Amino acid sequence: MHKDFEIHLDDISKMEGHTTLDIVVRKGEVKDVKLKISESKRFFTQAVVGKPALSVHQLVCRICGTCSMAHLTCCIESLEYALAIQPSEQTIKLRELSMIGTILRDHAMHLYIFCLPDLLNKDSILDFDESEKHWIEDAFRVKKAGNNLATIVAGRAVHALYPQVGGFSSIPSKDQIKGLVIELKESRDSILDAIDLFYNSPLVFENKTDYVALANKDFSFVKGEITSSNGAIIPEDEFRDHLHSIVIPYSQSLGFKYEGQKYRVGALARLNLNKSSLSKETRKDTNKALSTFPSDDIFDNELAQAIEMLHCVDRAIKILETSEFKEELPLRVTATKGVGIGVIEAPRGTLYHELSIDDQGLIKEGTFVIPTSQNQISMESDIGVLVQKSLQEDTEKEEIEHKIEKLIRAYDPCMTCATHFLKVNWK
Amino acid sequence: MPWILNKSSGNKNAKKKLVVGWFSFTCSEDSTIMFLELLNDSFFDWKSKIEFRYCRFLKSKNELKDLDVAFVEGAISTQKELDSLKEVRKNCKKLVAIGACAVYGRPASQRNEFDVKTKKEIDFILKRFGYLDKVLALNEVVKVDENVPGCPMNTEKFKEILNKYLMEFKVV
Repeated sequence: MHKDFEIHLDDISKMEGHTTLDIVVRKGEVKDVKLKISESKRFFTQAVVGKPALSVHQLVCRICGTCSMAHLTCCIESLEYALAIQPSEQTIKLRELSMIGTILRDHAMHLYIFCLPDLLNKDSILDFDESEKHWIEDAFRVKKAGNNLATIVAGRAVHALYPQVGGFSSIPSKDQIKGLVIELKESRDSILDAIDLFYNSPLVFENKTDYVALANKDFSFVKGEITSSNGAIIPEDEFRDHLHSIVIPYSQSLGFKYEGQKYRVGALARLNLNKSSLSKETRKDTNKALSTFPSDDIFDNELAQAIEMLHCVDRAIKILETSEFKEELPLRVTATKGVGIGVIEAPRGTLYHELSIDDQGLIKEGTFVIPTSQNQISMESDIGVLVQKSLQEDTEKEEIEHKIEKLIRAYDPCMTCATHFLKVNWK
Repeated sequence: MPWILNKSSGNKNAKKKLVVGWFSFTCSEDSTIMFLELLNDSFFDWKSKIEFRYCRFLKSKNELKDLDVAFVEGAISTQKELDSLKEVRKNCKKLVAIGACAVYGRPASQRNEFDVKTKKEIDFILKRFGYLDKVLALNEVVKVDENVPGCPMNTEKFKEILNKYLMEFKVV
């Protein structure tokens, strides 16, 4: 193959949001890699200023359609921190169930609809034949279970209605809970098949990287300590001391480094750092697959997501079968001056919201640190290494392009989320 | 937006399908997520009646050509998006605005209401990435045949319009 060429991938398919990639190769060496997140900005960092603190979560959740619940939950958490509100145990359970439903649905979308066609050498689930039809049935069974869980607990899976600052405005009924448990149990076998498929995936790409994730003893997505692969535990208030924003002039998203190094967040990070906290039932049924972790292979992010789908099912069943939800009005709250930080695990990784409220109860300032933004530098680094390796193996250009797309997809990026952030002066 | 030409099936005996494209501009893609959730129950039925000729979130090989219906989500905030929307309009018989950003411009157009100080703060980004002065709803750029309002889109309204076009284009 000619050793001087460019690669231009425009509006890469089968992922959330829009992104473009430009690579320059000269004399067989990768000279430049630019991952240009091209999703148009909607300027939420500016738009939240002046909005009432007790309702701003309904604006903030509209940063993204698929990560909506994560933004809603993280925003509410940061406001409760700012206002020194301690939500009830029931509220925390409902939040966890809302996030579990979201992660189950979202991971299923990514794995079955975006990634699975690559594994079956097809362009799309639309091309699956009769022998592959069962994968489509599995996809929609699992997605539906996650969607219904989020809908019943939070009022809607996208831009949810019930979560408030201080509680939930509605609770699921006993009949609804019974129906959810049945649906979740019926999705279990499908997920085990997916775990087996991704465990046996021939796709491999290793690049030594650091990892950061919230870790806690229940593998809950809504609480925990910020944990890194270098052993550090970071207090939430101090996250700015460790995460450093990097302006990427050709991208509509900022990048981030952790302690000056590239790092990854997401399911791979969560399993690398905390797999022993997965549900007992999940660990029992995924023993072989779990031995993969810790891993530096980004394609193991797909396996990690599949295992997390099973954990979501098992954790949700446990909470639903052992909890009695009672009518509980959200706490009466008055918005006053304060600063709060919310940190949760969104589907694609650790999400941070920092909001400050003025003495009128209005938002003075907002900062959002998005998982995909945190992964951007690692993604670019991986693409460069992948292309260089492919050149050494004399891979044809078209095949290199396909490999790049698969690698980016493995990260499960959400460009819709990543693009909105604009705060050049990081304090 | 890449227009990759691909051969159509060309089978004259094949039952007529509704030729559809799905496009997303400036938005949260919440309506795309709702559409994917509708597929949980409708995938096989719709696949038998619809050719998804342009659908970036489902496939890589997409073709912007001779669409019966283009479903368009999101507002228009850049020159590139404006040009792309006009191209979509030229290549479809019916265009449906999906979701509040497409129908009304909001909330994607929130920067239209920023004060002078905030507009100045974001000006360098607007210039660097070719943003328009104002974010526009679809009907401020092209003719829109139907609206599916909602944030996210009203799925019952979406199904009503889809069924209407399945009949209008004699698929059912």
